[in-house]
Amino acid sequence: MKEARYTAPETLDEAVALLASANGSGRVLAGGTDLLVQMRAGTAKPGLIVDVKKIPEMTTITEKDGSYRIGAAVSGAVIGEHEGLRKAWPGIVEAVNLIGSTQVQGRASAGGNLCNASPAADSVPAMVAAGAMVTIQGPKGRREIPAEKVNAGPGRTTLAPGEIVVSFTLPVRPRNSGDAYLRLIPRTEMDIAVVGCGVSLTMDGDRCTAARVSLGAVAPTVLLVEDAGKALVGSTLDDGALEAAAAACRAACKPIDDKRGTIVYRTKIAGVLLKRAAAIAAERARSH
Amino acid sequence: MSARTYKWIGTRPNRPDGADKVTGRARFGADFNMPGQLVGKVLRSPHAHALIKSIDTSAAEKLAGVKAVVTAKDFPEQENITVPAGEMQVNLRDVTRNIMAREKVLYDGHAVAAVAATTEAVAKEALALIKVEYEILPHVIDVEAAMKDGAPILHDHLRTEGVEPKPTKATNIAKRIDFAKGDVAAGFRKAEVVVERKFTTQPVHQGYIEPHAALASASEDGQVQVWSTTQGHFQVRGFCSRLLNIETSQIRVTPSEIGGGFGGKTVVYLEPVAIRLSQKSGKPVKMVMTREEVFRASGPTSAGVVEVKIGATRDGRIVAAECMVALQAGAFPGSPVGPACMCSFACYDIDDIKVVGYDVVSNRPKVAAYRAPGAPISCWGVESAIDELAIELGMDPIELRLKNAAKQGTKTHYGPTFNRIGFVETLEAAKSSPHYQTPVKRGFHRGVAAGFWFNVGADSSAAAHVGEDGTVTVISGNPDIGGSRASLAMMAAEELGVDYEKVRPVIADTSSIGFNFVTGGSRVTFATGLAVVNAVKEVVRELKIRAAKIWEVEPEAVVWENGMAKPASTNVGEFEPLSLSQLAAMAGKTGGPINGHAQLNAQGAGPGFGVHIVDLAVDHDTGIVTIDRYTAVQDVGTAIHPSYVEGQMQGGAVQGIGWALNEEYIYNAKGKLDNPGFLDYRIPVASDLPMIETVIVEVPNPSHPYGVRGVGEVPIVPPMAAVGNAIARATGIRFLDLPMSPPRVSAAIDAARPKMAAE
Ligand SMILES: Cc1cc2nc3c(=O)[nH]c(=O)nc-3n(C[C@H](O)[C@H](O)[C@H](O)COP(=O)(O)OP(=O)(O)OC[C@H]3O[C@@H](n4cnc5c(N)ncnc54)[C@H](O)[C@@H]3O)c2cc1C
Repeated sequence: MKEARYTAPETLDEAVALLASANGSGRVLAGGTDLLVQMRAGTAKPGLIVDVKKIPEMTTITEKDGSYRIGAAVSGAVIGEHEGLRKAWPGIVEAVNLIGSTQVQGRASAGGNLCNASPAADSVPAMVAAGAMVTIQGPKGRREIPAEKVNAGPGRTTLAPGEIVVSFTLPVRPRNSGDAYLRLIPRTEMDIAVVGCGVSLTMDGDRCTAARVSLGAVAPTVLLVEDAGKALVGSTLDDGALEAAAAACRAACKPIDDKRGTIVYRTKIAGVLLKRAAAIAAERARSH
Repeated sequence: MSARTYKWIGTRPNRPDGADKVTGRARFGADFNMPGQLVGKVLRSPHAHALIKSIDTSAAEKLAGVKAVVTAKDFPEQENITVPAGEMQVNLRDVTRNIMAREKVLYDGHAVAAVAATTEAVAKEALALIKVEYEILPHVIDVEAAMKDGAPILHDHLRTEGVEPKPTKATNIAKRIDFAKGDVAAGFRKAEVVVERKFTTQPVHQGYIEPHAALASASEDGQVQVWSTTQGHFQVRGFCSRLLNIETSQIRVTPSEIGGGFGGKTVVYLEPVAIRLSQKSGKPVKMVMTREEVFRASGPTSAGVVEVKIGATRDGRIVAAECMVALQAGAFPGSPVGPACMCSFACYDIDDIKVVGYDVVSNRPKVAAYRAPGAPISCWGVESAIDELAIELGMDPIELRLKNAAKQGTKTHYGPTFNRIGFVETLEAAKSSPHYQTPVKRGFHRGVAAGFWFNVGADSSAAAHVGEDGTVTVISGNPDIGGSRASLAMMAAEELGVDYEKVRPVIADTSSIGFNFVTGGSRVTFATGLAVVNAVKEVVRELKIRAAKIWEVEPEAVVWENGMAKPASTNVGEFEPLSLSQLAAMAGKTGGPINGHAQLNAQGAGPGFGVHIVDLAVDHDTGIVTIDRYTAVQDVGTAIHPSYVEGQMQGGAVQGIGWALNEEYIYNAKGKLDNPGFLDYRIPVASDLPMIETVIVEVPNPSHPYGVRGVGEVPIVPPMAAVGNAIARATGIRFLDLPMSPPRVSAAIDAARPKMAAE
């Protein structure tokens, strides 16, 4: 194996500069639960490793006027212990906490989950459903884009060379809102989503006033399924509306047949999970 | 049940190897090291089937740090003869080709060359420098496809054995075997209900946590030492001796602790290669497989096709049974089709039976033994069909089995007549178990299935040495997979009448104890146990002679009771009893060290029967099966150490549940294995299952002094059918193909109610 140089800068500017100077062979290291595995398997061979866990902005969770900002390198375990997030965004917390096992949780981050760009990444559909905005810093400065715009395909992102995902910003939560994430795996843990589904919605009494739906593992990138959200908005989440949203989910699927699932099965399950996740999100919204 | 009362048998003391295992001190295969050792690595075929046109190792040999390179040329050609390996038979001509491909590569992962280098990085670099020119051939993975006319042929010399007249055409069907009892056609004419179905299973890996590992050191004088993780170090010695033309006395194999084997470590992959590399380099060579190598190149068990036909009268009497079993052997002949055929209907007393089996090669790794090899495959078919019969007849599945159960005196379709067996007792215990007596919870459904395994005796040697303080070392030669050291020590303590803590069991290397057949066939506690008991009996005989000497009486006038020599009666004279430690202290003056030895070929292994009960729910939308409660009931003869008996029953059940629900090899169109790791080869994780409940039934085996039967294999036989039978009752659908994974269950449910399927 080629020797990789390890650095752990304490500021974003330094990190960006280091990455920019690495001629494309630099890689960000957050929890390393993807990167180190890929290095061991020989599929990633970085010349420079930039560990971002010493950068305060990337390793903290802050709240301002009801809007949360989650550092991209915060571990799943820390997110799982955050009272405020657990109350406001239980769907995001459950999605992040599904990643791996207790051991993996101590390291794995939402930023790494997003930037690894697996279509089956568990936290991404929850972030997309939540309407999370992603802050990115690079040689050309800072920019913000919606979470669903970060992935370009399996293992590929829209990040420019030298760009780092800094944090996720979650919108202010209206009253009576709730979110949920469900994934289907053949086992009960230590598995990769065959389908993942995130739903975030707001209720006014029995009526749904806002809804976003996202699907994982059914297309080259995590999908925002706008039609499914539309089918729910204005409804009482009755069977008809749920079936219409499920149909929209199935229609949005462009899955592949692989060792983790078939096209037919993934398409069907997208609809099943939508209905189940919507029911949980609605229940949470009503009690919130 | 036995009337004898025991001091140690049936208790649960700590295992002698426990402390080292929980503290991490125990040494497993990869934990052995020698000064100056090299790292050995194998180059593996990327093709499922190809001719090897040429291998050029020159660039690899020139790389700094590379000390030896071997290919098939470094291994002598072998005769076309078959020798036993574990519970399976292997052909030496094939074994040498499996270890290192010669004319052809026959599966993705087949070894083609190996290097020894100073570091792993150099070894890997060297592998990349070896140029192999292949001519890719069409391949065949599936067993039925391999049997078809026009299928790609793996071995030009192969002709189907067991068919008259002897075929002249090359084929992938290596062998046809058949068994018959009575007149099956006449039997079916009596039938009022007939169930006829075709079932399939997928190959499954033994899934041991510890990958294969070996360290070999060949000295200049021709002596060879090997440390390896194996179920049979004598087998390793035997294979290496044959494959490399080294006399057995020149090879000393020491077994490590073993992190699971389940039959998969009864064959050799790395050891002969490591020895050859060591001989060529003059240095010790260590080889450890990666998990990917384990999956691509080490034996799973067969895939199978099982066609079952069972006929019964309306009152539930099975009158005729027929079965065809075709098992995929992997790249070389030798699937466990024999035991699959023999076990198929062994649970039942049926007058007219016919069973036919086929052994079929295809482009997958050569199969190795896996817990009760073959039996789970045929029993998946038979026990599913029996369940369907129970449903058709409206009978309780246990009652139907009781009505037809094999018992003492039942003649099997494969020949032997059963001696004392405990199938009826096992069924009765299942019926009265807390699980079966509890109504099924709402939303859940119950399945039941039975299973059989012969259990094996075979060759064992053992010794018992009395130390000068009167403690005892029990020496045997079987790697301890399931707690056998504890059981051997307990039997020795019982026989000798001393404390368990005073007996220390050790496992000797091949040069320190006589021959032992592998740890397999559930034979160790039975056969090696018998050898230990006999060795201890010899010690006792000697102890009586020593006491007689001291008392100046005849040895026959001395009895051995509770660890002490006593006069047989008052007629002998008034003597204070002599304890083992007293006699040991005086050994030097009474004739020297006190030891016992025994060697035997154990006959009369007691067949084992199990009945499993499962409650589960099926999610009709996702096809996910959730197991709520599971009970394994089994006749074990006598449970020497009940905890380890229960552990075997639980472990077998869990492996069977994995086989039933999720485990499968996924090959791509080019015949390359797509899921060589535990992420996508899905064995159950702990959170998938409830605690497996156990009910131990004890019908002692008359051929063993403590009544031992085998335990470890029976419990993997019933689970697939038990789970399938419960799913059938939950969904109304009889599943014929394994695994019953979520996509398949979901598709079957959708197919059964087309209206509700996704558009
Ligand atoms: C045993 C095991 C189980 C797993 N189970 C799951 C699971 O259930 N669900 C699931 O979704 N994933 C799973 N994973 C994958 C992995 O744990 C997750 O994707 C995790 O979120 C990755 O986060 P990390 O911080 O460890 O990323 P890292 O490995 O540090 O990084 C991942 C990738 O993103 C890049 N990167 C990281 N942070 C940034 C950043 N801030 N800006 C730009 N690029 C960045 C890295 O260069 C790298 O390419 C599992 C992994 C293992 C080993």
